[in-house]
Formats: sequence, structure tokens, C-alpha cells
Amino acid sequence: MTGQLGYQVFFAINALILAIAVLGLNLQWGHTGVFNAGVAGFLAIGGYSLAILSGPPDAARFGGFELPFVVGLLGAMAVSALAALMVGLATIRLREDYLAIATFGIATTIQLIALNADALTGGNLGIHGIKRPLADLFDGPFTYNFFYLAVVTVLLVAIYVALETIVRSPWGRVLRAIREDEVAAVSLGKNATRFRLEALVLGSALMGLSGALYVGFIGYVSAADFQPIVTFQIWTMLIVGGSGNNRGAILGTLVVWALWTTTGRLIVELLPSRLHAQGAAVQTILIGLVLVTVLMLRPRGLIGEQPTVSRHTTA
Amino acid sequence: MNAFWQHFADGILTGAIIALGAIGVSLAMSILRFANFAHAELLTFGAYIALIVVTMFGTVGEPIGQLSFGWTLVVAIVPAGIATALLALAIDRVVYGGLRRRNAARMTLIFASFGVGLVVRNAIHMTFGGDPEYYTRELTIAVRLFETIRVMPDQIVVLAVAVVVVVALHLFLRYSAIGLAMRATAENPDLSRINGVDVDRIVGWTWSIAAALAAMAGVFMGLTVQLRPEMGFNLLLSLFAAAILGGNGSLIGAVFGGLLVGLAENLSVMVISAGYRQAVPFVLLVVVLYVRPSGLFGARS
Repeated sequence: MTGQLGYQVFFAINALILAIAVLGLNLQWGHTGVFNAGVAGFLAIGGYSLAILSGPPDAARFGGFELPFVVGLLGAMAVSALAALMVGLATIRLREDYLAIATFGIATTIQLIALNADALTGGNLGIHGIKRPLADLFDGPFTYNFFYLAVVTVLLVAIYVALETIVRSPWGRVLRAIREDEVAAVSLGKNATRFRLEALVLGSALMGLSGALYVGFIGYVSAADFQPIVTFQIWTMLIVGGSGNNRGAILGTLVVWALWTTTGRLIVELLPSRLHAQGAAVQTILIGLVLVTVLMLRPRGLIGEQPTVSRHTTA
Repeated sequence: MNAFWQHFADGILTGAIIALGAIGVSLAMSILRFANFAHAELLTFGAYIALIVVTMFGTVGEPIGQLSFGWTLVVAIVPAGIATALLALAIDRVVYGGLRRRNAARMTLIFASFGVGLVVRNAIHMTFGGDPEYYTRELTIAVRLFETIRVMPDQIVVLAVAVVVVVALHLFLRYSAIGLAMRATAENPDLSRINGVDVDRIVGWTWSIAAALAAMAGVFMGLTVQLRPEMGFNLLLSLFAAAILGGNGSLIGAVFGGLLVGLAENLSVMVISAGYRQAVPFVLLVVVLYVRPSGLFGARS
């Protein structure tokens, strides 16, 4: 019984951490129409930043400052935001499909840095032994996970409320105006490039937070956790749930993550171990088919975008 | 200095393979009007189809001269090209065609291609496993050019065939009725349709040519490197970089883009760790897009 419950908690922690990244992507793509194909790269920046700021020291690499976890999280968001700003300044004016390719390239480059810059990232081995926050106060991983779930839940709710508020603000309306018709928005005097850049930076900060929370939870970071497939999963979560709708983003995360973990468990339980590699391929194929099917049959997702109007409007 | 010329020669050879793949990416961008993230999987698919054919014959054939392969592999390129074209056409019919009819946004097509690429790549992984495969384990002796540069006889043949194919395609696009219609569709699909161009037929031709070239690039890569389910995907950034560097839809541009990317990747190992090689096309791409968004050979918009 505790095994099953323990698994549910573990599932929920991972799902809610991912939901934060999906909300970030929703701000970029769903609300503003900025295509970011490098989500895994920003997650990685967040994760490694936490490891460097709050992780244990090691003579062989930079960092390991053992700063408090909260400082690590804030630092992770700041570094991700800064990286997004640099990327954005170079690419945000590009045509949307060029932007897709450019951000995809960023993620590849970050992946290569994670693998090769041993003095910063620990290279192939990654960075281990990152202390979980307040772990001493709990008698074991089972109770600790409940605590971590509570932390992640509070953060997710706070982010959701904040995003709902700002997408309904005048700033949020400009984002959607740019997404719908950039020329019109510009002709009304809005600096489209600036707004797109702001959405990219803010969304990427959330991705960095998500990556840092993940690394904080599992206690180590390695490049294998930030493969291009992660970008794809997060995109699928947003599209399935309903791009442009924050509740849809969270719902999509839960649905797709449930599908992913369930198929993963079935493969381990039902298939002999020599077929596990094939099973993992089936798991990935399934997620690809889900995305393509939703795009073709239900392009708005499970709960599509709702009209958002200012609370000052009486309609 | 010798090291430079060696990397230079390797760069030209890599570049020729990238160019064959990039032509398809470029055609898709200009005529089908979206960045096809699944194009790289067509290379992989073609390479593995040729592997099936070679395995069916049980051999790559008696090696021709100093080459590692014989006529069987040469012949295998034909079914590989046809099968890859059929796969591309089938995917277009099932996925992209439906989206186009619905007037879906360009980004929807890009998402879909992301998903399609994932499905094809993992289907190949499931069928053949993740271990590297080879057409032949025949050893060949490198020949020396200008005393200092060592190249494999296979590489010289690959380069020569790539040149012939590019010239033939250039003539086809320039002088055939279909080539003219393809260029017209790239320019303005609506106007082409009004003037009697069967756009669906042009879409079919575009996929077939792009896929056949991709299959050929895949076979060449399998021959000079190895076959792996990720062989195409790892080349995706190089293909995009080459196509965009050359300028949207320009055949000559894609070829020069391919050579440039191939050279940059190979020469970069002289200055930076080989571990970062895969990022080189991307850096090149960002620099060029920043300075000249229409690419080196594209028309300024």
C-alpha cells in the first residue's frame, strides 16, 4: 500500500515540476506565438545552475558553493532568464521556423556543453550528492517526498495565479495581439520585438525553475536528463492540454505524463528485459502518435483557449 | 599545414553528403513551405532499406577495384530511393496533406514533422536495434592525393556521384516542365494554380526528389561512416544550417551551404574540442542569419 502511495507521490512531484515548464512554454507559444524548440536546454541550464550554486564542492570543477536551496532556485531562474535574453537578442526577429531551428540548435549546444565542459558540469558523470533541502528534518524518503510535493504544489499554484493575472493584464493582451497579428500590434505603437523577448525570458525563467526543482528532488544532474525528447514531451503536453490555456497546460502535463509513465511501467513489467530497448522505442512512438493525432483531430487540445477579457470590461 | 588540408578534404566529402540532404530540406522549405524536422529520418530510412537489400543478397557484391563495395550496393540505392520516396508520399498523404487542406499554420506542420520524425526514428530503432551496422567490413587502403592528403576510394566515388546528381537535378529544375512548375510553385502557389499547375502533383514530385536524395545521402553516410538509428537526426542541424545558409529554395545555395557546413565542422576540430563539433553548424547559422537573414544565395525580401 505504501509502495503504491509512494509511487503516486513520486509521479505527482515529477508531473507538477514538468507543469511549471509547460506553463513557461505556454506563455511563450500559447500566448505570444514565440516558438521555443530548445526547452530541454533551458531546463538543463536551471538544473546545472542549482547544482553549481547549492551542490557540494569539488576541486575538479567550478562551483559547489553550498548556498541555501532557495538561493539556488532563484539563481537557476536568473541564469536561465539571462541565457534566454542572449538567445532572444540574437534570434527573436527571425521568421518563426528559423526561430524553431535556432532554439533547437541552442538546446543541442547546451547538451554538448553539459557533456564536454567537465570543469563546469562534471562532463559525463554529471554532479552528484546535491543535498535535498531540509532533508534532515524527515525520517525517510517516504515522508520527505510528501514535503517536497507540498513545496512543488505551492510553487505551481502561485505561478498559475501569477500567470493568470498577467495574461489578463494589458501586458498579456499585447502578447496575444502580437500572436494574432504582429503588423497590427506594431501599427498601434507596440514594440513587438520587446514583448516577444519579455515572454521568452519570463517563460525560460520558469523552465529554469522547473529544471532546478527536478535536480533538487533527485539530488544529481546529468546531461542524459535533458535530451531532445524532453523538449518534445513538454511540447506534446502543451498541445494535448490546449495551447493558450494555463489550465489546459497543467491538464495536458498530467495526461501525457500519466501516459508516458504507465507505458514505461507496463514495458518493464510485461516485457522480458532483452526487449526493454524496443519497449522504450514503442513508448516514444506512442507519444509521437499522440501529438500528430491531436494536431490532426483536435488542434485546440483537450481544453482549448478561452476568450480572456479584461476584468474592467462589462460584457 | 598538412593537417589543414586533410581536414579540408574531409570537409568537402562530409559537405557533399550534407548537401544532398540539404537540397531536400531547401525544396521542402520553399515549395511545401515548412521546416521539415523529419527530413533527417528519410536519410536514416533510406540507409537501412539499402542495408535490407544488401542483406538479402547476402553481400555488397564483389568489391569493384579498390572500393569496399560492389554492384549490389550500387543497385540497392534504387530500391532505397524508391522506398524512401514512397514513405515520404505516404506520410504526406496521412499527415501533412490533411493539415494543408485545413490551412493549418506553418508551425502546426513543423510540430507534426517533429512527431513524425520521432515515430520513424524509433520505429527504425525498434526494428534494427541501436547497435551500429555496416554494409561491409571489407577493409580498403587510403589513397594519397598531393602526397599528403589521405582519402578512402569510397569517399572519392561518393563525391563524384554527388556532383553528377546535383548537376542533373540542376538541369532538371532549370529546363524540364516539372522543374519550371516547381520553381513557379515556390514563387507563388496561387498564381501557379491559376496558370494550370497541378500543385498536388508538384508536391508529390518535391517529396519524391527530396526523399530520393535523402536516401542517397543516407547510403553514402552508411558507407563512409556507419548506420545507426540516430545517424540522420544527429545531422539535422547541419542540414538546416546548410539549407538556410544557402538561401531558401536555392539548389546551388544548398550545395554551397552543405560544403561550407562540412568544411566548418571538420576544420573546427583544429581549434576547439571535437566534442563541440555538432554545435558548429548552429553557430555558423546564427551568425549568418544575424548578418544576412535571407541566406547567402537567397533573394532579399
